[in-house]
Amino acid sequence: MILTKLAYKSLLNRRASVLLTLFTIAISVMLLLSIERIRVDAKTSFSNTISGTDLIVGARTGDIQLLLSSVFRIGYANNGVSWQSYQYIAAQRGVKWSIPISLGDSHKGQAVLGTSRDYFTHYRFGKKQTLSFQQGHAFEHLNQVVLGSDVASRLGYTLGDNIVISHGMGNTSFHHHKDNPFTVIGILNATGTPVDKTLHIPLAAIDLIHGGSHSANNEHDEHDEHDEHDEHDEHDEHDEHDEHNNLIGEPSQITAFLMGFDSPLYTLQIRRNINQYKKEPLLAIMPTVTLKELWQMLAIVEKVLLLFSGVVILVSLLGMLTTLLANLNQRRRELAILRSVGARPWQLFTLISMESLFTTLLGCLVGCGLYYGVMLISSSYLQSHAGISVNIAMLSYYELTLIGVIMAAGFIIGLIPATRAYFYSLSDGMSIKT
Amino acid sequence: MIELDNVTFKWHKNDAKPTLNIPTLRIDKGEHIFLHGPSGVGKSTLLALLAGINTPSSGNIRILNRDLNTLSNTQRDVFRAENIGYIFQNFNLLPYLTPIENVTLGCEFSKSRKQKALQQTAEPKPSLQNEAIRLLTALGLSESYHSKDVASLSIGQQQRVAAARAFIGSPELIIADEPTSALDTANRENFIKLLFEQAKRANSTLVFVSHDETLKPLFNRAISLVSLQEQL
Repeated sequence: MILTKLAYKSLLNRRASVLLTLFTIAISVMLLLSIERIRVDAKTSFSNTISGTDLIVGARTGDIQLLLSSVFRIGYANNGVSWQSYQYIAAQRGVKWSIPISLGDSHKGQAVLGTSRDYFTHYRFGKKQTLSFQQGHAFEHLNQVVLGSDVASRLGYTLGDNIVISHGMGNTSFHHHKDNPFTVIGILNATGTPVDKTLHIPLAAIDLIHGGSHSANNEHDEHDEHDEHDEHDEHDEHDEHDEHNNLIGEPSQITAFLMGFDSPLYTLQIRRNINQYKKEPLLAIMPTVTLKELWQMLAIVEKVLLLFSGVVILVSLLGMLTTLLANLNQRRRELAILRSVGARPWQLFTLISMESLFTTLLGCLVGCGLYYGVMLISSSYLQSHAGISVNIAMLSYYELTLIGVIMAAGFIIGLIPATRAYFYSLSDGMSIKT
Repeated sequence: MIELDNVTFKWHKNDAKPTLNIPTLRIDKGEHIFLHGPSGVGKSTLLALLAGINTPSSGNIRILNRDLNTLSNTQRDVFRAENIGYIFQNFNLLPYLTPIENVTLGCEFSKSRKQKALQQTAEPKPSLQNEAIRLLTALGLSESYHSKDVASLSIGQQQRVAAARAFIGSPELIIADEPTSALDTANRENFIKLLFEQAKRANSTLVFVSHDETLKPLFNRAISLVSLQEQL
C-alpha cells in the first residue's frame, strides 16, 4: 500500500521524464498496432478488390497477368477474346451473369473500360458490395461516361462535362478523337479499388473511338449451329433490349469477361471447359484464388512491415531502459532514504518494478487511444488514396497478445534497474551528501 | 543500553591502521550524550556502527542487549527500523512527500513503531497523522507548514521534520548526526532543548554528535571521541 503511494508520488515528482518515457511507449504501441492493422487490412482490401465474380476469362496468358490486366489495369492483354467465344460461353447452362470488358484506352492516364450496363449491377468488391452512384446514373447512350470517384475528384469533372477519350494507354496520345466527346452521366462512390481510377463507357463506344463500326459482323466466318442458336436467343429479346444492345454492339474482340454462376459446381466445370476450349486459346481464373497467389508474391512487403513494427518496439523498450537506469542514478539518494527509514531491499525492488510496469501499462493504454484516434482520422484517407478499407474494431486477439508481449517486455526490462536498486547498499546511500 | 568492547573498524581489510578503535564505551538508558571530536576522527563511522549500517572488524557492539554482530543483514534492517531514529546531517527528506508524510514514513515500514506511535496520541483520536502533527508542532513547525512542499521549507524547518521523523514511534535510541551545523547559535540551543523534551517524553536515549563544543554544557554527559580512542 505504502509502496503504491510512494511509487505514485515519486512518478508524479519526475513527471517530465516519466511522461516522455510513457509517450515513447505509447507512440511505439500506436505504430505497432497501426502497422499491424494496415498490414492485415491491406491484405483483406487486396483480396476484396473483386468479389462475387466466380471467373474471369481472357486470352491465354498467365493467371496473375490476366488478373493484373483485367482487375488492376496493370499491364496490357496482348490478345483478346473473340465476340463469338464470349457469346458461346456466356450462354452456357449455369451462367448467372456475364459482363464483357474492353480495356486498352485511356483518358489523361486513367484507364477506360468499355462494358455493359450489367457491370454496375453485378460487379462486386469488398464484402460483396455493389457499385453505387455518388451522382447521376449508369450510361444510357453511346456518348456517355461513368467516372470512378478518383477520376472525378482528381480531374475535377462534374456531371455534364464533355471529355475526350484517346486511343492507347499513354497520357499523351497522337489520336485525339475530338469528334467523339463523352458526357459525364454518373460518378461512382469511392470503393478503394481500381474502379475508382477508371472511366466506364459503353462497350460499343470503344469501337467508335477506334474508328471501326460493327466490323465484327464482317469478320464472322464461322457460323456453326451454336452460334446460330445464340443469335436466335438474342433476336428474341431484341425488342425489349434495343437500347442496351446498341450499347454493347458487336465488337470483334473484347479484352476479357467476368462471370457469375448459379452454383460453385458450374464454376469448376465451366472453368475446365474454357481452359480446354478448342476454338480459341482462352484462360479462366478464379479471382479469389489468383488474388491469394498474388499476395503471396507480395509477402515480402508484409514481412518488412512486421520487421519494422518489431524494431519500433525494441527501440522504445531500450529507450525506457535507458531512462530508467539514468533515473536510478539520480534516485540513489531517494532509495537510500527509504532504506534508512526501514524499507527492505525487496521493497525497493518492488517499488522500481511497479513503476516500470505502471509506466508500460499506461503507455500501452495511451498507445491504444492514440491508435484509435489515428485510425479514425486516417481511415477515409487510406480508403480513398491507398485503397485500404480500415476496419475500426475491438483489438483482435492477436493485437492483444502483442500488447501483452510489450507489457511483459517492459516488466522484464524494469527488473534490471529494480535488481540494481536491490543491491544498493545502505551505507552507499547514507554517505551521499546534499 | 549501548555497550562497546574492543571495537575496531577498518574500511578495507588490508588497512594498516583501523579508522576507529574503541576499547570500551557504555551509555545508559535515557542518557543525553554529547559525542564530540574534530572532523575525521571517526564520528560518522561510529554512528554507522551504532545504527548497524556497518559491522565492526573486531569486537562487540551490544545495543538493547542485542549483539549486533550476530544479526543477519535483514535482522539488522528490522532492528534499526524498530529501535533507532536517525537524524541525518543533511536531513534526507523525500522531496515529493509532505512533512507529515515524511514523518510517518518510518511507521509504514515498521509495525512496532506504528503501534507505539498510535499509543502516543490520545486526542483527538489515535492516528499516525495526528502523532505526526503533534511531533511537528512540539518541535516548532507551525501547522500551516505541515502539508506544504518539503522543498519549499527552510533549512531549519526541514530539520524539524527530520527530527520528528526520528522521534515518531518512540524509538529506544535517537542518533543525531550534526543536525545543527546549519543553524545559528540561538536556534541551535532552542532546537536542542526541543529534542531533549521529546527524548524525555519518549524515554529515548539520545546520542548527539557535533564538532561544536560550545553545545557541550547543554548535555548531561559529553564523550570525546579523541580521548575515547586514547584509552589504549
